Amino acid sequence: MSWLRRPRARLALAVWIALVAVLAAIVARSHFTADMSVFLPREPTPEQRLLVEQLREGMVSRLILVGVEGGDAQARAETSRRLAASLRADTRFASVNNGETTHLQADQRWLFDNRYALSPRMTPAHFSEAGLRTALQDTLDFLASPAGLLAKPLVTRDPTGEMMGLLQGLASGGQPQRDEHGVWTSRDGDTALLVLLTRASGADIDAQEAAMAAVRAAFDAARAPQSPIAGGALKLEMTGPGVFSVESRDTIKSEVSRIATLGTVLVVTLLLLVYRSPTVLLLSLLPMITGALAGIAAVGLGFGTVHGLTLGFGTTLIGEAVDYAIYLFVQGGSGREIRQFWPTIRLGLLTSIAGFVALFLSGFPGLAQLGVYSVAGITVAALTTRYLLPALLPESFRLRDVTPLGRRLAALAAASTRLRWLVPVLTIAALAVLVVKRDNLWNSELLALSPVPAAALELDLRLRAEMGAPDSRYLVVVNGADADAALRAAERLAPTLDALREQGVLDGWDSPARYLPSLATQQARLAAIPDRTELERRLNVAATGLPLSASRLTPFLDEAEAARNRPPLTRAGMEGTSLSMAVDAMLLSTGHGARALLPLRAPAANGHVVDAAKVRTALAQAGMAQAELAQAGEPLFLDLKHESDALYAGYLDEAIKLSLGGAAAVVLILLLFQRSPRQVWRACAPLVAAVLVVCAGLALAGEQLILLHLVGMLLIVAVGSNYTLFFAAEDGLPDPRTLASLLFATLTTVSGFGLLAISQVPVLHAIGITVGPGALLSLAFCAMLSPARRVGEQPA
Amino acid sequence: MIRRLLATLALLLAASPAPAAGWGLEQLMATLADNRGGRVSFVETRYMALLDAPIESSGELVYVAPARLERHTVKPRPETMVLDGDTLKLSREGQAHTVRLRDYPEAAALIDSIRATLAGDRAALEKTYALKLSGNAERWALDLLPADPAVARLVSRIRLAGNGGEVREVEIFQADGDRSVMRIGKPQR
Repeated sequence: MSWLRRPRARLALAVWIALVAVLAAIVARSHFTADMSVFLPREPTPEQRLLVEQLREGMVSRLILVGVEGGDAQARAETSRRLAASLRADTRFASVNNGETTHLQADQRWLFDNRYALSPRMTPAHFSEAGLRTALQDTLDFLASPAGLLAKPLVTRDPTGEMMGLLQGLASGGQPQRDEHGVWTSRDGDTALLVLLTRASGADIDAQEAAMAAVRAAFDAARAPQSPIAGGALKLEMTGPGVFSVESRDTIKSEVSRIATLGTVLVVTLLLLVYRSPTVLLLSLLPMITGALAGIAAVGLGFGTVHGLTLGFGTTLIGEAVDYAIYLFVQGGSGREIRQFWPTIRLGLLTSIAGFVALFLSGFPGLAQLGVYSVAGITVAALTTRYLLPALLPESFRLRDVTPLGRRLAALAAASTRLRWLVPVLTIAALAVLVVKRDNLWNSELLALSPVPAAALELDLRLRAEMGAPDSRYLVVVNGADADAALRAAERLAPTLDALREQGVLDGWDSPARYLPSLATQQARLAAIPDRTELERRLNVAATGLPLSASRLTPFLDEAEAARNRPPLTRAGMEGTSLSMAVDAMLLSTGHGARALLPLRAPAANGHVVDAAKVRTALAQAGMAQAELAQAGEPLFLDLKHESDALYAGYLDEAIKLSLGGAAAVVLILLLFQRSPRQVWRACAPLVAAVLVVCAGLALAGEQLILLHLVGMLLIVAVGSNYTLFFAAEDGLPDPRTLASLLFATLTTVSGFGLLAISQVPVLHAIGITVGPGALLSLAFCAMLSPARRVGEQPA
Repeated sequence: MIRRLLATLALLLAASPAPAAGWGLEQLMATLADNRGGRVSFVETRYMALLDAPIESSGELVYVAPARLERHTVKPRPETMVLDGDTLKLSREGQAHTVRLRDYPEAAALIDSIRATLAGDRAALEKTYALKLSGNAERWALDLLPADPAVARLVSRIRLAGNGGEVREVEIFQADGDRSVMRIGKPQR
């Protein structure tokens, strides 16, 4: 390598190696994450913080719904039973429910044993003579009901009907039906259903993946005892937020690697055809690699953690970074001095930076990271191209003569100027389309970003409907200094929520205090029971004249007395019941205390939607004492779907504004450097036309725009501005070599991004479908709009 | 638990009128099968070991052939229980519970015994019960003796009595010794 003896080359190489070493060191120390925190705004409201916490850690995020299909009912039930048994023994699962009554007896026993501490009816009046008589009369009336047999076995121990009251309070949630084999099945009876709760949070994708693998292994073992035919007919289905995360990650991984491989092969083949030198090919990849390192390092330094999303989209930088090398090798490789065309590239770089700098200001950390990544990446890539590559270029390197190709391109470009009228026509048509479709142009639902395929969503919907699984869309959240304070705060909301239910605003609500009342409430309830002698006296008076004589109720007197002396209920005492899970899901410990979550059920009559304004007003009027407010804060009403959609819509809205700002900055920079409004117009018009026509095309194809389309538009401007500047730099068509380099650059960009467009993952597809056609259109529009009269004067 | 016993108790839904014809189980079933439905009053008395005196409830029964049976209790508390096809719905004090009979096969057998009698479906009855008919066309009594042990654990005998095609009394002898008698009034035309 004789060229390395050149001092400038040695210096450039030394600087580059030092730079790469520093960047690599920063990258190695950066933290990488893939969790939902990227969606948390930099200055979140309490609601937004809660939203993200719920999405990451909430009970719903840890739910896996399982269906066993195929085979006959007997085989499904046996498999469900064995699957549940082996998963119950697996510590990765906090709970496993398949409809078997494993927990039911423990639950009912616990409820019955603690009925006096749990029953909201327990007041001194309830156990007065009159209260007891009313309760006894109620029990007798219930015995006369068709449902009376329910109460019969319990009457001597619980003549006031506390257990029935508790059960009625609990029985409000939907549950799947059991089949004749005693396990849950779908309504059509063709699917055995199970609900699993993982211990790991839904955001821990590796743990979710391990849990899914455990389910699959347990399923295979569970169906093994079946005959090969019966066992083979059985099919396992899984759904849930964690399952979605795992599948999304797998999809994105496989799609990215497939598309990246294909794209690399395409681009490398193209470059090899042009350069005909593996060394030069490798050199041309240096700016891209250095740029990517610089981008990651900059994000790591600026944000502390680098999100996987940023990496994914940031690598699309390949489009711009490879172009720089192409300009250098194709335009410079034919003996032309880099000083002659570097100013054009530098201006292109500046406009790209202007576009991406706007993203710095985004409140959406994902977008801000993308901005930092892109600016750092393309700057370093351009500098590497400018100062390292010429030094490293073998002196013997001579590019094949692309002038004949360039001439043909020039002729084509000249011919295309006859179609220049097409640009304004298309632009105006595009504007018309966009104006007509303006209301439906953007999709502001977060779900639009989800890579979960429609079939998986359908399965989820179906299993969820069968399970009556809660979607926990609506929550009321209260905080407390400790668990008991949070429970007290939750109890204080009960009258407000009950009133809302009576008004029909809610269908129902749940609370951790239903299963684990605060200490004060438990004590107050138990204090309503008088001592045994007094209770017996009151009972005798109350039962006078009723067919239920007090003498039969000795078990009641014994148990009431025992309840008075029992230690208070604690979470620990609930172990072994499924009610403990309910408490765990609704009572969380936070960094500085505890938090109670009260899920609200929306009324079906109102299309399963809760009137948020009414709930908020009622909560505000709940009238918490000043001291309590200071300690617990206002109870918060949270509509998870609305909150997440609003968050995303906010980001989208902001990103649109920032992009427009970025576009203005681009124009400003061009005005500053080119000083000729006409030249600026010639640089900008093709880009504006390309962006508008692509948007209109997408709208016509029925594709709603998401945030990533917007990022794609920024990339059109970033990549396309190089093309237009080369056109605008000369007063006619660029020279043939430049034209050829522009064609190669466009081809690499289109092959890189065009492949993304075929992706099933919406975010990748969105970028691809925008940038691929956009780059092509930018070049075509540039050619069409170039001054035709000068074509003849091009040097031969 | 609520659902299980609720469904079990659906058997306490009782009979309604039917026009009469000839004699023998065959003829009785045919006569009952001709019944398209109607509305009758009822009074049910329950005798329980637990209680010093029987307790009573009363109201109206509505039968719509072949699968819908409604019990509208007026006293002591308003309450509605509707059995329709496979679904049993109980509404009481502003709360409603719905269960599917398929979930509770034993209870389903019991409920079907009454509904099958009203519908004159002898084949369905004989799947679960041994049938014993006594009396004559004008004054008959049909005893259902559970052959299925799961059903026998709940009920030892069901006795339906009637005049001609009208069921006038349903007496259920529970396995624990408690008993209920439902007396059914004349159909209201």
